[in-house]
Amino acid sequence: MAKVEAKKALPESELRDVLREMLLIRRFEEKVEERFRAGELPGFLHVAIGQEACAVGVCRALEDGDIIASTHRAHGHTLAKGTHPHELMAELYGKTEGCSHGYGGSMHLYDIQHGNMGANAVIGGGLPHITGAALAFQMRGEPRVAVAFFGDGATNIGTFHESLNLAQLWKVPAVFVLEDNKWAESTPERQHSPIRDLSERAKAFGMKALKCDGQDVEAVYKTTRQALEHARSGKGPVFVHLDCVRMHGHYIGDPQIYRDRDEARKLAETRDPIAMLRERLAISDEEFEELDAEVTEMVEASVEFAKSGTDPAPEDALKNIYA
Amino acid sequence: MPELSYREAVRDALSTAMRQDDGVFIMGEDIAEMGGSMGVTAGMLDEFGPERVRNTPISEMALAGTAIGAAMQGMRPVAEIMYEDFMTLAAEQVVNQAAKLRYMSGGQLTVPVVFRTQGGAGWSPGAQHAQQLEAWFVHIPGLKVVFASTPEDVRGLLWSSIYDDNPVVFFEHRTLYGIKGDVPEKIEPIPIGKARVHREGEDVTVVATGRLVHESLAAAEEAEKQGVSVEVVDPRTLQPLDEETIVASVKKTNRAVIAHEAVTRMGFGAEVVSVIQYQAFDWLDAPVERVGAKFAPLPFAPVMEQFVVPHKADVLAAIMRTVGRGD
Repeated sequence: MAKVEAKKALPESELRDVLREMLLIRRFEEKVEERFRAGELPGFLHVAIGQEACAVGVCRALEDGDIIASTHRAHGHTLAKGTHPHELMAELYGKTEGCSHGYGGSMHLYDIQHGNMGANAVIGGGLPHITGAALAFQMRGEPRVAVAFFGDGATNIGTFHESLNLAQLWKVPAVFVLEDNKWAESTPERQHSPIRDLSERAKAFGMKALKCDGQDVEAVYKTTRQALEHARSGKGPVFVHLDCVRMHGHYIGDPQIYRDRDEARKLAETRDPIAMLRERLAISDEEFEELDAEVTEMVEASVEFAKSGTDPAPEDALKNIYA
Repeated sequence: MPELSYREAVRDALSTAMRQDDGVFIMGEDIAEMGGSMGVTAGMLDEFGPERVRNTPISEMALAGTAIGAAMQGMRPVAEIMYEDFMTLAAEQVVNQAAKLRYMSGGQLTVPVVFRTQGGAGWSPGAQHAQQLEAWFVHIPGLKVVFASTPEDVRGLLWSSIYDDNPVVFFEHRTLYGIKGDVPEKIEPIPIGKARVHREGEDVTVVATGRLVHESLAAAEEAEKQGVSVEVVDPRTLQPLDEETIVASVKKTNRAVIAHEAVTRMGFGAEVVSVIQYQAFDWLDAPVERVGAKFAPLPFAPVMEQFVVPHKADVLAAIMRTVGRGD
């Protein structure tokens, strides 16, 4: 495992903004859970509560022009990559103002203008797209990097192995970010993988692998910067292994009968990335409440925006099939 | 007019596009030094180099998906899937991803990728190297599907497919690579979605694809000798389908036969029959006939293989049935 350098850290001045962004994602997803339970949101929804540091740490490290591909657990990535909460919430409500104009939903969030090539409802589905996008950057001599998010469950699917193999073979500027929350839906890692350190899988392709605490946003940022620099300089793709915690169920409403409740509670109490950063910055209760009120207001506004949005005409279903 | 083989015509479309456009490149298994399993890309490595004639590992999901990713970033990749059967391995990326990316993104994305593939019986490759799977892909909204049968058509349609902003599944038939035909001096794009009437006739319309176009033209010659005038229409593009040309032809002849090498049951021909019966019901003088493979995997032994897939005689028999002279 390459040692993460101490330099290229998040500037101290940005950390409060980072905290605000992580808290915005948290409150946004809590609101999504609430509105889903109220019966307002159609579809299948997966929140990434507990994994905010991965989304924010990685996306903050990106340069303009860098792109991402996300997973079915995409709200955090989408917000962190620059989509306005209004547009994200409107999409979850199936409105034309949504980031995918009502054609996608939670598992198909796209924002091409902001470099988000999309969430994906097929595990591992976006990985070859990232290899291909990176290939395009390489062929055109553009100093851009393509970044794929995926979970530990995805390291078992063919596209993972095929995409990493090809990316390393062609030394394309890609970064593969494993959000290792130790769960593939309801299946724990020990039941889905014969090895405990999933970085070994990248190393099998000869790919540089970096690992850090995915709950520590500063570590995620630093590690990602290092990976991006390596990829951008033409040295080939990098595997970034983020050790993280899924604090809620696989989907909203998941009773998690497969999971030890005490252990989950303990993780939430000790490994919450927002609480960790708050403590690191010694934010007072008063200051935190102020921050909380600010992002909560943004989330409430996004719900208002979404609810007053435009329903697509049913026959719009026949548009956008062909270019 | 120069003469090219079907194989050379495919290569000419690829090479000409690559000469004029840096965004076009090809990738696939064994396409570089070896020139592809069917020799289609032979010599292209020398002209364009390994950056643009990219040999890939045996990884159809990544091959298809990487081409999609490059297309999403504005390139125009042509991915060769060595055997049509291996489209099943690439299917997740072709069906769930390429076909739907534009739609799921609400029109934000464009995916100008071509998946070239080939198949077909005749050389006894057995059950996993010769299937005709076009029916799988015509069923997917978001894909265009092309199946050309002559050098001129394969060249002009591949050109149009490369420059189409949608994902195109481009079928070639293995036994046609050696056939020769005149082609225009300069590549003339052939519009996707336009059928070709190969032969005009008065009594029966045969709608045929791929190898069966040639079998049908030969059957039409035979029928002519027996006093039956046959029109042969090749849709060339299966999705979108040129219903207008097909229906106009049937309204003229009042009888129709659909012929393809793929398995008849649930096949592409069933859709064509539906188009005809719905749009030309009152013009039909006989049930629409279908000619295709029997409902069996492709066997190895040549005698069994030839028994399973259709030939000129099967088309001729179907033609004769529509005019009340069948067995």
